[in-house]
Amino acid sequence: MTQDFTENFIDVEGVEKVFDVRRRAGLLRRERHQVRAVDSLTFSVPRGEMVGYIGPNGAGKSTTIKMLTGILTPSAGRLRVAGIEPSRERTRLARRIGVVFGQRTTLWWDLPLIDSYRLMHRMYRIPDARYRENLDRCVELLELGGLLETPVRQLSLGQRMRGDIAAALLHDPEVLYLDEPTIGLDIVSKAKVRGFLRDLNAERGTTVLLTTHDLTDIEQLCRRVMVIDHGRPMYDGELSGLHAFGDGERTLVVDLERELPPVQVESARVVKVEGPRQWLAFPAAQSAAPLVARIAAAYPLVDLSVREPDIEAVIARMYARAPSPERPGEAGAPVGR
Amino acid sequence: MGTSGASGTLRLYAAVVAGGFRRYATYRSATAAGVFTNTVFGFIVAYTYMALWDERPGLGGYDEAQALTYVWIGQALAQALSMFNAGFAVDMVARIRNGDIAVDLYRPVDLQLWWLASDLGRAGFQLFSRGVVPLTVGALCFPLALPGDPVVWLEFLVAVALAVVVSFAIRYVLALAAFWLIDGTGVLQFGGVVGMFFTGLLLPLNAMPGALGDLARVLPWAALLQMPADILLGARSGADGLLRAYAFQAGWAVVLLAAGRLLQSSATRKVVLQGG
Ligand SMILES: Nc1ncnc2c1ncn2[C@@H]1O[C@H](COP(=O)(O)OP(=O)(O)O)[C@@H](O)[C@H]1O
Ligand SMILES: [Mg+2]
Repeated sequence: MTQDFTENFIDVEGVEKVFDVRRRAGLLRRERHQVRAVDSLTFSVPRGEMVGYIGPNGAGKSTTIKMLTGILTPSAGRLRVAGIEPSRERTRLARRIGVVFGQRTTLWWDLPLIDSYRLMHRMYRIPDARYRENLDRCVELLELGGLLETPVRQLSLGQRMRGDIAAALLHDPEVLYLDEPTIGLDIVSKAKVRGFLRDLNAERGTTVLLTTHDLTDIEQLCRRVMVIDHGRPMYDGELSGLHAFGDGERTLVVDLERELPPVQVESARVVKVEGPRQWLAFPAAQSAAPLVARIAAAYPLVDLSVREPDIEAVIARMYARAPSPERPGEAGAPVGR
Repeated sequence: MGTSGASGTLRLYAAVVAGGFRRYATYRSATAAGVFTNTVFGFIVAYTYMALWDERPGLGGYDEAQALTYVWIGQALAQALSMFNAGFAVDMVARIRNGDIAVDLYRPVDLQLWWLASDLGRAGFQLFSRGVVPLTVGALCFPLALPGDPVVWLEFLVAVALAVVVSFAIRYVLALAAFWLIDGTGVLQFGGVVGMFFTGLLLPLNAMPGALGDLARVLPWAALLQMPADILLGARSGADGLLRAYAFQAGWAVVLLAAGRLLQSSATRKVVLQGG
């Protein structure tokens, strides 16, 4: 196996994917039109990073993942994973990557879970000792112990998803792509999956690209987030930067000793009063410390807390402002690294 | 990759064969119901043939005992050769339709070999679980012309194995049509009806008259039931006859598998470029 010494493990440069869609329009006539699922996408992911990839339905997330696995060829642009062009060397790359498609399963539907794992053992030619070690680890951390002899069709969605994640990791992939791994899961299952992914990334240094439209996944797992809409990248950077980008405001909640008229303080305004408790909005980019100091100096402050802006709202605003794909390049959205 | 690569590949597909076998082994009640159906159906066809051969003794070169043997071999092989349902092809069409086929594609396996291995496992299970009982019941209730020579049985089993491969190869081609046609399931149903007729499950191909018979005897479906039955009935005795039967089966297997491979690579291109 050749070791890849380039810094970026995933390299995407100006990638596009255009689908030709043929629709029946009348008895004999067929209309052709094109769907631009991904448009001038550029990003790179260094080895060992865990990146969140978010966007609404139809944004192009799955299309991106499919191109990264090689089961879909880009219409334009350059794409490398571990130095390999995925669509040209799909099979060779498959031995180095793991994929979980949330809505599909790689498991053998009618057979006990363990049979699928034995098959992975053969399919990826995993050395016996390594296979047993990885299986034991996944079984323990993903709590699959009691499920190995259960036919996959009898597993709950959450159990099946954990089963699928284990299946994707038995061959020690260097990168794991997860396409909506928490979709449809209950809170307990979501927490298990997230905890596992966090450990995987921290302890094994596995590069993770996580697609989701559940922002909590991102908030709990990824420092870096990429936002895509209508196939176009909208934001790429720290999750905290997203707050500022959305020109959101943070909220300072103060509890005073007693009921008082609205607090008068520079660079913040009171948005709500409820007895001795007051809510103050201030720019998300600004530090809360001087503000707190000023209030504490002038008012009988008992307690306080800072609330981050609702990230859902930030992103919704971002989408609303996005240029529609028919009018490209109208309003510039900052895409940086 | 060398030897270890080859043995690794062998172990992989052996595991798939075993999985295909076990998958069907889990459905015990379905198996029991199937055995019952095949046996009942065998009685119905057997009595029909007795009436027919009463009227036309020696039809298709068979005497009555040989005709009855043909009936029960047909019932014994019906499931293993997927004569009543398209088996794996139904799953495959569903995966093409719902896009799961993309998952199959990214794994480091060959799609055709994968499905073939899993279908061989299924056929192996059904040959013994659903074949032995009908044939035994038939032998107990009717005067059958079964050979006593174990070598003939062995030759018969080789022909059955080739027949399973041809049956797979036909259905693989039909299933792949779902990449281009909207109604993939319809293609399978049509193929099933045509197949049932040309396999000779209702009337031996030997007994089909004129041009229709001539045609039926050279189509790939002739490799499924007629060839193994001929061998068991001693109609292909002698090294020459036997080899010709095997060559006919193997020839169709190669042609159809190659056609499947060609279609598969163009289907793969379509998926990789068009997403399905
Ligand atoms: N095979 C395909 N043929 C035509 N259009 C497609 C195909 N796959 C995806 N699309 C379209 O591309 C866009 C992006 O889809 P997708 O990548 O699945 O989005 P997401 O995963 O973000 O929900 C959608 O408009 C979708 O309808
Ligand atoms: Mg998607």
